[in-house]
Amino acid sequence: MTAAAEVLRAKKVTKRFGGLVAVNAIDFTIPEKSIVSLIGPNGAGKTTFFNIIAGIYDPTDGAIEFRDLTMIAHARRAWMEPVLWVAIPAVLGILTALIGVAGAPQGTVILGIFITILALLASLVTGVARGPAYQRFLARFGIFRSARPNDMVVAGLGRTFQNIRLFQNMTALENVQVGMHSRLRAGWYDALLSTPRNRHEEAFSRARAEELLELVGLRGEGANLAKNLPYGDQRRLEIARALASNPVLLLLDEPTAGMNPNETAGLTALIGRLRRDLGLTILLIEHDMKVVMGISDRVTVLDHGEKIAEGTPEEIRRDPKVIEAYLGAPAE
Amino acid sequence: MTAIASPAAQPNPLSRGIRMTVIAVVAVVAYMLILWVLLFGLGGRTVANAFPEALQQTVNALSIGAIYALIALGYTMVYGIIELINFAHGDIFMLGAFLATVFIAGITGNNDAVTNIPLLIVLLLGALVFTMPIIGLLNVGIERAVYRPLRHAPRLAPLITAVGVSFILQNVALTIAGSGDRKSPQIFPLDWTIPIGGAQVSILSIFIFVLAMLLMLALQAFVSRTRLGRAMRATAQDQEASALMGVDANQTISLTFLIGGVLAAAAGLVWGLRFGFVRFDLGFNSGLKAFTAAVLGGIGNITGAVIGGFIIGFIENGAASLGYSRWSEFLVFVILTLVLLFKPTGILGQLTGDRA
Repeated sequence: MTAAAEVLRAKKVTKRFGGLVAVNAIDFTIPEKSIVSLIGPNGAGKTTFFNIIAGIYDPTDGAIEFRDLTMIAHARRAWMEPVLWVAIPAVLGILTALIGVAGAPQGTVILGIFITILALLASLVTGVARGPAYQRFLARFGIFRSARPNDMVVAGLGRTFQNIRLFQNMTALENVQVGMHSRLRAGWYDALLSTPRNRHEEAFSRARAEELLELVGLRGEGANLAKNLPYGDQRRLEIARALASNPVLLLLDEPTAGMNPNETAGLTALIGRLRRDLGLTILLIEHDMKVVMGISDRVTVLDHGEKIAEGTPEEIRRDPKVIEAYLGAPAE
Repeated sequence: MTAIASPAAQPNPLSRGIRMTVIAVVAVVAYMLILWVLLFGLGGRTVANAFPEALQQTVNALSIGAIYALIALGYTMVYGIIELINFAHGDIFMLGAFLATVFIAGITGNNDAVTNIPLLIVLLLGALVFTMPIIGLLNVGIERAVYRPLRHAPRLAPLITAVGVSFILQNVALTIAGSGDRKSPQIFPLDWTIPIGGAQVSILSIFIFVLAMLLMLALQAFVSRTRLGRAMRATAQDQEASALMGVDANQTISLTFLIGGVLAAAAGLVWGLRFGFVRFDLGFNSGLKAFTAAVLGGIGNITGAVIGGFIIGFIENGAASLGYSRWSEFLVFVILTLVLLFKPTGILGQLTGDRA
């Protein structure tokens, strides 16, 4: 609520891979409805930082707060969950065995075995489904796990990839529908019984997917397999897929990589439109300085895992440390 | 790497379904005709009495193929989603057969041939409703307890663990039921037949085939046209990317094991109806053949597993009806080898691992 509505706040985020410090104690915030760019030379830790935000990596140290989700350095007491999961049925089983040994009538023992099996199945179902109530129950015991990528998506994060990772053997429309997954509710029983909810949702998701395809300029391409689309269109499809989950924050990892100047200009315009029309907050990794300087509100520069500069595009352009990182030490 | 967009790249899915159906019908009729010729050519029948036998055997082949196809689906779906060859799946099928037997025998005693049709329907439906969720959840539980902790381990670790789980399940059955054949009540009357052109076509075989086809069509519709089915396909193609699109990989994988177990349980029930016995090592033989079917059709491919299952059913049945049943496994593996020599990915398989 405070501090001009920040969508995401990173606090002293560090990630080590063995001895390599990929990201070192970075503090970073993204204000609402802004376009923030992350730049830096190759190997500066941009993509690693991105992956931490997206929930693929847990940070070695520090935390990321994204809306009401916190990704913490280490999942706390996560090992206790399977123990809880087995504990109740195990206790019931032991009790049953004990009364069996003590000479209880056979019917009672069979009932005990039956109840044990039921308890096992019940805890299995809750453990797999992991509903919110179950998670609150775990939290009461101090058991937290760090947020996984799908949790981040549910909380409102969408992303695209540096190297295109569409579902190649699915159609463009289906790709977008997968993106909508976390916003739809139909379960297996809806599908099996073809309930009104299922039919309604399918129709809704198809219509919405068509809309998104149109938004990114892929009208009428819905029936084509993703792998049959031209390169620039695949990049656009990735954006449509990321938008499908109604994100608040959109992470774009080098969206113009490999595009020609024409396609780049079109995509830059699209990114601007996304903020203006959909009110999205956008975090961008980009190498093309023309794109970065043109649309960013704020630019953060990483080098060797450290944040070396932060500011408006104008400030960054003049910052001696940035010039040094990109061009090497000054020749004087 | 270059994608060439051809204008007719997307055939209408309905016409594709019709084409597949036509191919399947032609293949079945061709099998029947070939069997007819072979029966009087090699089997010593006359041209006239070979035809009814060929017809009967074709229907039986369809029912056996359907059983293998149901089991093969479990192998292929699990492989498709986590690239694990789940050796314990055959034993899941075996436990399904045992559980269905226990359920039916518990209600009717060891009586065969329930001729009261409403009672028969209730019994069969009851057995399905009883066994499918239990075996499905058992499969989910095995994944949760054993395979999930090994998800990021080297590939051989879950593989050998699956072999271990297979032995555990077999020995559980061995301990409880003993080593011999246990009778499974054949409540579906075997003498119910439809006379067609001198042949007595078994209704049980037709029932098995229809039941399996219904389950497989439901699966096909589920995978291709629903939210969870799409999530499943997405996870199979790229687990990380689908997680970043909000698909919970763990839940999707659990669902895959659930469906595999449910189909195996149905296969177990009809196995008991058809063959009248269950045994602790049932899962080894049938599982191996169903696994072969999955590889033959292209592992990871759902339609491929069904095709592979039917091919193996036909080979086995053909060999048996010509009096060479000892050679059936030999023939199955000769054909598997030949197919893999010329198409290493199986009949419908695609190269995996080119994720970009």
